[in-house]
Amino acid sequence: MPQYGLRDYLQFLVSGASTGCIYVLIGLGLITIYNVTGVVNLAQGEFVMLGAMLAVTYYQGLHLPLIVAFLAAVLSVMLIGALVQRLTIHPARRAPEVTLIIITIGTAIALRGLGLLAWGTTPRSLPEFSPGVPLNLWGAVLSRQRLWIMGTALAVLVFLYLFFEHTLLGKAVRACAINRQVSQLVGINTEFMALLAYALSAGMGAAAGIVIAPLTLVSYDMGLVLGLKGFVVAIMGGLVSAPAAVIGGLLLGIFESLAAGILPSGFKDALAFLVLFAVLLGRTMRISELFRRRT
Amino acid sequence: MSAPIVSGAADQRRNLLGVLTLALLLGTLPLWLNTPYALSTMILIGIYTIVTIGLCLLMGYGGQVSLGQAAFFGLGAYGSAILTVKAGWSPWVALLVAAAGTGLIAYLIGIPIFRLRGHYLAMGTLAFGVITVIMMNEWKQYTGGPTGLPGVPRLTIAGQPLKSDLAYYYLVWASALLALAIALNIVNSRFGRALRAIRDSEAAAESLGVEIGRYKLQVLVTSALYASVAGSLYAHYMIFVSPTAFDFGVSVRLVLMAAVGGLASIWGAPFGTAAVMLLTLGLREIVPLLTRHGSGEYQIIAYGILLVVIMVFMPEGLVVAGMRLWRREVRSWGAVAMARVAGYAGRLSRGSRRRS
Repeated sequence: MPQYGLRDYLQFLVSGASTGCIYVLIGLGLITIYNVTGVVNLAQGEFVMLGAMLAVTYYQGLHLPLIVAFLAAVLSVMLIGALVQRLTIHPARRAPEVTLIIITIGTAIALRGLGLLAWGTTPRSLPEFSPGVPLNLWGAVLSRQRLWIMGTALAVLVFLYLFFEHTLLGKAVRACAINRQVSQLVGINTEFMALLAYALSAGMGAAAGIVIAPLTLVSYDMGLVLGLKGFVVAIMGGLVSAPAAVIGGLLLGIFESLAAGILPSGFKDALAFLVLFAVLLGRTMRISELFRRRT
Repeated sequence: MSAPIVSGAADQRRNLLGVLTLALLLGTLPLWLNTPYALSTMILIGIYTIVTIGLCLLMGYGGQVSLGQAAFFGLGAYGSAILTVKAGWSPWVALLVAAAGTGLIAYLIGIPIFRLRGHYLAMGTLAFGVITVIMMNEWKQYTGGPTGLPGVPRLTIAGQPLKSDLAYYYLVWASALLALAIALNIVNSRFGRALRAIRDSEAAAESLGVEIGRYKLQVLVTSALYASVAGSLYAHYMIFVSPTAFDFGVSVRLVLMAAVGGLASIWGAPFGTAAVMLLTLGLREIVPLLTRHGSGEYQIIAYGILLVVIMVFMPEGLVVAGMRLWRREVRSWGAVAMARVAGYAGRLSRGSRRRS
């Protein structure tokens, strides 16, 4: 095991936190869909892949400016998300949860296959959004793209907060999350809200995929692992709590970054799933409820 | 989706008859279909059938999805491979020890998960599956890493190694039919009735004194044992194991096999498994004829779409849907055909109105 100084740990912390922001974005998408429709969406990672790959296509293939490519990719994936909801979840919305989970797996496989068909197996990349010298934080290096990642996550969080707390539409979506039948009784179009939830979540996933594209190579098969990590994060929030997912996502990113420095590299991806087990165990012991009772 | 709750002697007679018919068909199959390709395909179908039967018990009767069944399958395979190749054990002892170990692991995974309500088993088994494949790749000293572990011996019966595929075919299908018979017995036992009660309503079952967590745990362990034994059979047939045969994609394919056969139908398992295997092989043959480049892509897309379509339109699976069609349409064909058609049309329109 190599010897690390304080500066190295700071480095792990900042790069881990920015990777964690990606997991937060994916996890929040899962939570949104689960709350409104009760579906555990195993295709969430594919929205991330589609976002990244479409942005690369719009930027390199159509020569759009980077920011336009970003927005166009997010909007396209939102449309795809809405389409997926209409075609796969909507017709089976009264089916048992087991069936719905299998449906989302099928969707994920089909989307991955489409990605392979459209873009092949070659990994792609985007240029950094604002190229320049990396920032120096007390000795730790922070690339500008990582700032973009954190900024995007923050912007999405603020947007979600404003949307859910301060708009009528957002409140209607929340009402569906609380009780679908009663929402229907007071005149909320729950079908439309489910569609909206899917579109929003797809957009969040796409944004996550686009902002990491400059840092890692992106390819058709990136969705599986990222989607699974989003899951770990969503489960940390019990599939319902957004604040818990934000904290969980950041922690997962930092853990992984530390583990990559300490453990052999192959085990890095196993860590997220060990964390998942730990979370499941923790939920069994009702740690969260202990806290709730005290306050 | 729910099968009739009342079952008894008549059901058991019908099941026995079914198993015997299937045994007769499969026993005589090599007489007229004896190409090496067909035989090895049938052996693999038999091996996957054992896993699928376990999955049907878990998903159809336990009401839980396992997205890591390939990992249990892989633990059986690697357990057998490592114990015979590295430790020099007898294959049969290795099979039993691997199964016991796999069952224990399933038990340990199940304990925390089944204390929670909801579909955490899907996530837990998924995570377990990913970790297992990472271990297979990284723990090179025992597993041989990504290149795999060669040199697994053939199974022996009375000291004679089963060298020919034909002998292995009979061994695999005898095991599969035994697995089927055991599963059918489980379904018709007190245990099976408790599972069905849980699936239909956890609250009602619990209020009648059914210990939900314990039953779910037992069915998870049963399905893991099925998968592990199948994995051992796989390792001794392929005489080689590598991590790609047990990854997430395989888990998904196993779920697809169970879904095509019908989640709540043990009888569906062999047919679902055969349908998916033959479809996969068929797509591999047909797709290159239709397009000049990139056959793999279309195969993956077709596969995903198929999974969605089956779950949306035939959630009870091919076998149940087929049998219903048979009962409703074919048996009563004749004098009442016209009335039937009219009734069917009426049902259809009523059904569509209800759905809208």
